[in-house]
Amino acid sequence: MAAFDEMLPEISGLRKPYSAYDRWLKEQDPARLTEKMQDAERVFRKTGITFAVYGEQEASERLIPFDIVPRIISGNEWRRLTQGIEQRVQALNAFLDDIYHRQEILRAGRVPKELIARNEAFLPEMIGVRPPAGVYTHIIGVDIVRISENEFYVLEDNARTPSGVSYMLENRETMMQLFPELFQQIKVRPVENYPQLLRQSLAAVRPQGTKGAPTIAVLTPGSFNSAYFEHAFLADQMGVQLVEGQDLRVVDGHVAMRTTEGYKQIDVLYRRVDDSFLDPLTFRPDSALGVPGIMDVYRAGNITIANAPGTGIADDKAIYSYMPEIVEFYTGRKAILGNIPTWRCSEPDSLKYVLEHIDELVVKEVHGSGGYGMLVGPAATKKECEDFSKKLAARPSNYIAQPTLALSTCPILTDKGLAPRHVDLRPYVLVSDRIQIVPGGLTRVALKEGSLVVNSSQGGGTKDTWVLDD
Amino acid sequence: MLLGRTANGLYWMNRYIERAENMARLVDAGLRMALTRTQNASEEWNSVLLSAGSDAAFTQKYSDYTAANVADFLLRDTSNPSSTMTSIETARNNARMVRTALTRETWESINEAWMSLKRMLAKPIDERDLPSVLDAIKRETALIRGSFYGTMLRNEIFDFSQLGTYVERADNTARILDVKYYVLLPSIAWVGSTLDNYQWESILRSVSAHRSYRWVYEADYKPTNIADYLILNVRMPRSLTFCYRFLTEHLKFLGDDYGERHACHVTAGNTQAMLAAGSIKDIFDAGLHEFLANFIRDNIRLGDEIAQDYRFY
Repeated sequence: MAAFDEMLPEISGLRKPYSAYDRWLKEQDPARLTEKMQDAERVFRKTGITFAVYGEQEASERLIPFDIVPRIISGNEWRRLTQGIEQRVQALNAFLDDIYHRQEILRAGRVPKELIARNEAFLPEMIGVRPPAGVYTHIIGVDIVRISENEFYVLEDNARTPSGVSYMLENRETMMQLFPELFQQIKVRPVENYPQLLRQSLAAVRPQGTKGAPTIAVLTPGSFNSAYFEHAFLADQMGVQLVEGQDLRVVDGHVAMRTTEGYKQIDVLYRRVDDSFLDPLTFRPDSALGVPGIMDVYRAGNITIANAPGTGIADDKAIYSYMPEIVEFYTGRKAILGNIPTWRCSEPDSLKYVLEHIDELVVKEVHGSGGYGMLVGPAATKKECEDFSKKLAARPSNYIAQPTLALSTCPILTDKGLAPRHVDLRPYVLVSDRIQIVPGGLTRVALKEGSLVVNSSQGGGTKDTWVLDD
Repeated sequence: MLLGRTANGLYWMNRYIERAENMARLVDAGLRMALTRTQNASEEWNSVLLSAGSDAAFTQKYSDYTAANVADFLLRDTSNPSSTMTSIETARNNARMVRTALTRETWESINEAWMSLKRMLAKPIDERDLPSVLDAIKRETALIRGSFYGTMLRNEIFDFSQLGTYVERADNTARILDVKYYVLLPSIAWVGSTLDNYQWESILRSVSAHRSYRWVYEADYKPTNIADYLILNVRMPRSLTFCYRFLTEHLKFLGDDYGERHACHVTAGNTQAMLAAGSIKDIFDAGLHEFLANFIRDNIRLGDEIAQDYRFY
């Protein structure tokens, strides 16, 4: 299966968005580039841009490998992408509002009722609750893959608490430090103002009763969380407090944080804690990461929680396969960005097909994330496929399957020069009274030759993503 | 506005940076004693452990007071909660927690100190390398201090950090004096044997003051002068008076900033007034050991009050 290379496709030769970069690259001394690569690693290590890998005792803090060859997207390509993303994000918010109120889409029979009723990501506690400004999912990271010049697909809608945006920012920062001259020669659209946009966006969805400028805080599970660096980074860049559950309590009907001068009210909470840990009185009673009573404050309209509790129902992998219907139902138009064809293993015919073709497919857990618990058929051994088939047959509704797509590739710098590796793209979307998409995003790259798994927890790396100002 | 938890993290981050360095300095002084005196080296190492507050934990693990054992325990043993390695690790964990309150330079200097000391202290230290390891520890903490003073805004974040530094330092200096108080008593001052000279120099060395002492007093070591220097001298950066000058100053800034005075202000003010009014003769007359025991107790109380008054927990 030959993959489409975004820089040097076999058929047509060097693609236009890469022409200026290619000219620059040809003038570089390979030894100097290798040196720059090492510089980059030092910068990341020194600033402590690390993430934790669950299940590995020793390497509790690791770097995400960074590749110095940028992934370049032309202005035109980007415009097409953003139209599709905007449409999708509108549909996601409309779907959430509907599903927690009138459930028109279920009545219309476009999405099966059981899929909602028996879904853990659906929170009955949110029924009838309308969040401040009517926004459910404020920050979204849409995972997009490309398979040819004109074919883009959405792989996943991350509508809960998408991570990785700090890497988008630090990757750009690092590239500008390493290759300042490149940014003088090539006009790349800036991503640096993301924290300001995020702050404005969060301020715009403050509760109605907020007096004066809203107090915003980022809620983190703590410094041992895998994405702690990002939580601290965003709080720092936005100039807001980074709080933990232990800092917060409900005081006089509002959520307040313990400061050196007493308790201070919080109006908007950008939470990076999962739904089930948010409020021990409503959800998991053993959670020490949340705030007892915050759901009561939320229902009273006295705090904005971004993203809203219960948004997980919109990016659930079982719901994903219905996204084309969902987009059409709420926007009245066909989805601009397509879905990858998906077999729902809960349906007997699909299950049969998947079991018969497991060595060709990617099988994922419906509720899994981060590349854990999935099978990439073509890359798996016969035994792995057999073992997985047993798991699948035992709990079919727990799985979906997709064809193994020939994800586009982009070159990375290796010891032997440039070599193509598969990539995906996660642009970041902010929703308030408007929808804003930062021109760029996180390009994840599978560093192993031929590998299709780009997740950082599975040995993936990242690249700076350029959207050209052309 | 500052979270109570952040103030707590800043306070302990700085206490542990100070502690990491103090351990190196104590080992340095012990090493010097052991090199210059062959007899009773184990007694000296015992004193070092007492000053470090780690004697009980040490004897649970070792039976011999040797340079290798003590250095290993105080510098790199991660089961010792006050060893340099544990201290720098705890300081770094706190720094990670309060990262948003630190400048990039400060965070990086702590992170780099942790990385390099972790590497250096990964394996047992060869006795020949001990001096260079001690130097490296002092250099790393000096770099942290340098980037901290050079880049941090003088606001409440700075104040809480300094409170941690000076509470820890005052405790450390008082303990060093208390462990050796008997060699400072005037009754034996007249003897002035070589042995005493070593003891006195060792005290000064453990607070890095053996050179500066001579700039302030006469060249000969005199116990009353040494005690005066470490307790009452206003300019000596590790003296009790110096520590309390800054503790009261930073508490005053916080009080003015927040428009509120607490129990910790009273406690620090009382100790400061007591030090300002006292003479070294009065202290000796009333009993050096009693004075130091009271001081250590009040200093611990001050730490507790700061934590409570500023809602650390």
